[in-house]
Amino acid sequence: MDSDPDMTLHAEARAAPVRVGLWTRFNNSRNLLGWLFMLPAATVLLAFLAYPLGLGIWLGFTDARIGRTGVFVGLENYAFLGDDAVFWLSVFNTVLYTATASVIKFGLGLYLSILLNNRMPFKALIRAIVLLPFIVPTVLSAIAFWWIYDSQFSIISWALVKLGWIDGYINFLGDRNLARASVIAANIWRGIPFVAITLLAGLQTISPALYEAATLDGATPWQRFRYVTLPMLTPIIAVVMTFSVLFTFADFQLIWVLTRGGPINATHLMATLSYQRAIPGGNIGEGAAIAIAMIPFLLAAILFSYFGLQRRRWQQGEEDA
Amino acid sequence: MRKLSRREVIKLGAGVTTGAALGSAGMSFATSAAAAEMPFKPEPGARLRLLRWKRFVQGDEDLFEKNIAKFTKLTGVPVRVDHESWEDVRPKAAVAANIGSGPDIIIAWYDDPHQYPDKLIDMTDVAEDLGKRYGGWYPAARTYGTRNGRWISIPWGAAGNAMVYRGSWLKEAGFERFPEDTAGLLKLCRALKKNGHPPGFALGNAGGDGNVWTHWLLWSHGGKLVDENNQPAVVSPETEASLEFARQLYETFIPGTTSWLDANNNKAFLAGKIGLTANGISVYYAAKKGKLPIASDIQHANLPVGPVGRPMELHLLTQMMGMGYSKYPKAVKSLIHFLMSKEQYLPWQQASIGYITQPLKAYASNPVWTEDPKHTPYRDCVARMVSNGYAGALGYASAQVMADYVVVNMVAEAASGTLTPKEAMKRAEKRVARYYRI
Repeated sequence: MDSDPDMTLHAEARAAPVRVGLWTRFNNSRNLLGWLFMLPAATVLLAFLAYPLGLGIWLGFTDARIGRTGVFVGLENYAFLGDDAVFWLSVFNTVLYTATASVIKFGLGLYLSILLNNRMPFKALIRAIVLLPFIVPTVLSAIAFWWIYDSQFSIISWALVKLGWIDGYINFLGDRNLARASVIAANIWRGIPFVAITLLAGLQTISPALYEAATLDGATPWQRFRYVTLPMLTPIIAVVMTFSVLFTFADFQLIWVLTRGGPINATHLMATLSYQRAIPGGNIGEGAAIAIAMIPFLLAAILFSYFGLQRRRWQQGEEDA
Repeated sequence: MRKLSRREVIKLGAGVTTGAALGSAGMSFATSAAAAEMPFKPEPGARLRLLRWKRFVQGDEDLFEKNIAKFTKLTGVPVRVDHESWEDVRPKAAVAANIGSGPDIIIAWYDDPHQYPDKLIDMTDVAEDLGKRYGGWYPAARTYGTRNGRWISIPWGAAGNAMVYRGSWLKEAGFERFPEDTAGLLKLCRALKKNGHPPGFALGNAGGDGNVWTHWLLWSHGGKLVDENNQPAVVSPETEASLEFARQLYETFIPGTTSWLDANNNKAFLAGKIGLTANGISVYYAAKKGKLPIASDIQHANLPVGPVGRPMELHLLTQMMGMGYSKYPKAVKSLIHFLMSKEQYLPWQQASIGYITQPLKAYASNPVWTEDPKHTPYRDCVARMVSNGYAGALGYASAQVMADYVVVNMVAEAASGTLTPKEAMKRAEKRVARYYRI
């Protein structure tokens, strides 16, 4: 290197203060530091959430099989699914399952949380017991339900027969509509504690002063519930029900243990059908397409909760504008 | 006879689902000199990994490990064996085959080798040598193991299904022996129902039992999903006849079979709720091992022959695949040949209490099949078998159609009256056409 020594000197003189300045500026910049601190979390999100999601979307457009990457086939998987009665049945089942189970879970969960919010003996113990269905691993409770619903050994059928109320055993998981009702009931049993305990936490944040004021104004218990409790609870309800709907919509284990989607696919949810086609069936592309087809429903549920339930007016107990 | 309590039945059922653990049959075998003269010698310094499905009977695993240890002792080749639940082997094998790394040998199911035939070691020399030594391969075993005339895998055997019934109830129903044709079966089922011991066959999404008996039902009446050219051929008078037969048979079933998964018929049979079902030998062994009084009354018979006039059965066939990426293909062949050879296969089959039926004809003389006459029907399972996807080829489509329960659903729809036989078979044809991409 034979550049002009004078030039080099100049360059160094110019560069030196900039280098120091960058470091100082970096050190003093809250923005940049903030980004830096977010980097680990962002990396985790990108690597474990965004990447698999992106990959899933991509796979839905390919004819990939397990272990074989496959080629881009455009909307072929979706076109095939559109023509598939079993897929549409699973969509119907999933919507029915989610809607029924979520509404009942909300109703019973809210009722239970209000009961639990009252003064009663052994409050802590009772609250702990209420959480049990949620704590037991799903697979275990599903196996318990499998026995409860068994066509030959059901304890419910057995008890009713002993009582003389029915003649034969109930075909819980063999009749299509009964099977749907049975798996929904099992899901409700499992999901209520989550709704109840979270709403209970919400109830406890409501200031007693509001109820006192309402009572002084002569509000009936129903009015206190309608115009104090409900509006104050709405933000929590929005969050809880969003989660509840998402969990229910993507349920898998319960169905897989109880029915594997039977009888005659009457309880196949989109999640179980996606697995059946992708893993035992080996057709990852089609399985991914079914999983991706769940996204619009999930997005709709989230949007509904954010733009619907979280409206200020609702929260303040007023009518919608 | 002592009646079983609910609790006992529950315990038994759990035992059946997890697989009956059985003591080793206690056969002693000397390391024969013949084993030292192996026709397939491993490469020096070779080491192997093998992936197999997790055993259903303990004796299988014990003897398998023993045989592997014997191989290592003879050849100096260390072998690591991994066990996976039977339903998990299929996806793992497919991934290993396609990314080109993993176990050297994978023991998988049904159509697996036909989904990636070019990723497997050519086994033609091993299969031909084994066939020559041990009486030849049964035709269905050959179909499963070969593609375009070359052997791509070595069938290990089939977990066979047979009719499982109560001997005393058969007599009570007025039958001296188990009927050998489907017409007789229907008569028997009606008589059993009349006596309060109805039959029960799985019609839920049961990957094992459900698929096995519904395929037999379809094929034995001459029905099939595809023809020899892999064209959908569900809609036919034969299929309709099979579904009509299913409808009549279903009328005699115990209520609730549309919900049955693989373990339900075991539980119901052991509890004395049903008098007849189709199952592996596991029901009998659970009863024998649990010292249940009904063990002595349990009898087995092969699935009856239908209007086509010859046995047409599906059984859970398992095969050993040598993976093409293996660095030691000779050692792979050596181990597979070793495991399939008489000195190792017969004691292993014995320890597996007849759970697995041999693909090689000479092994039909294994004493395991005759020491207890109740084992004998299972001896002939592979001889009576046709391959999945009949009458078409094995491959992606046949595997997917089975995984999607197309036949089970069709039979369940027609049997339960949800659809008429005509409607059910039309619907099935449409589903089949999707997979065969017509």
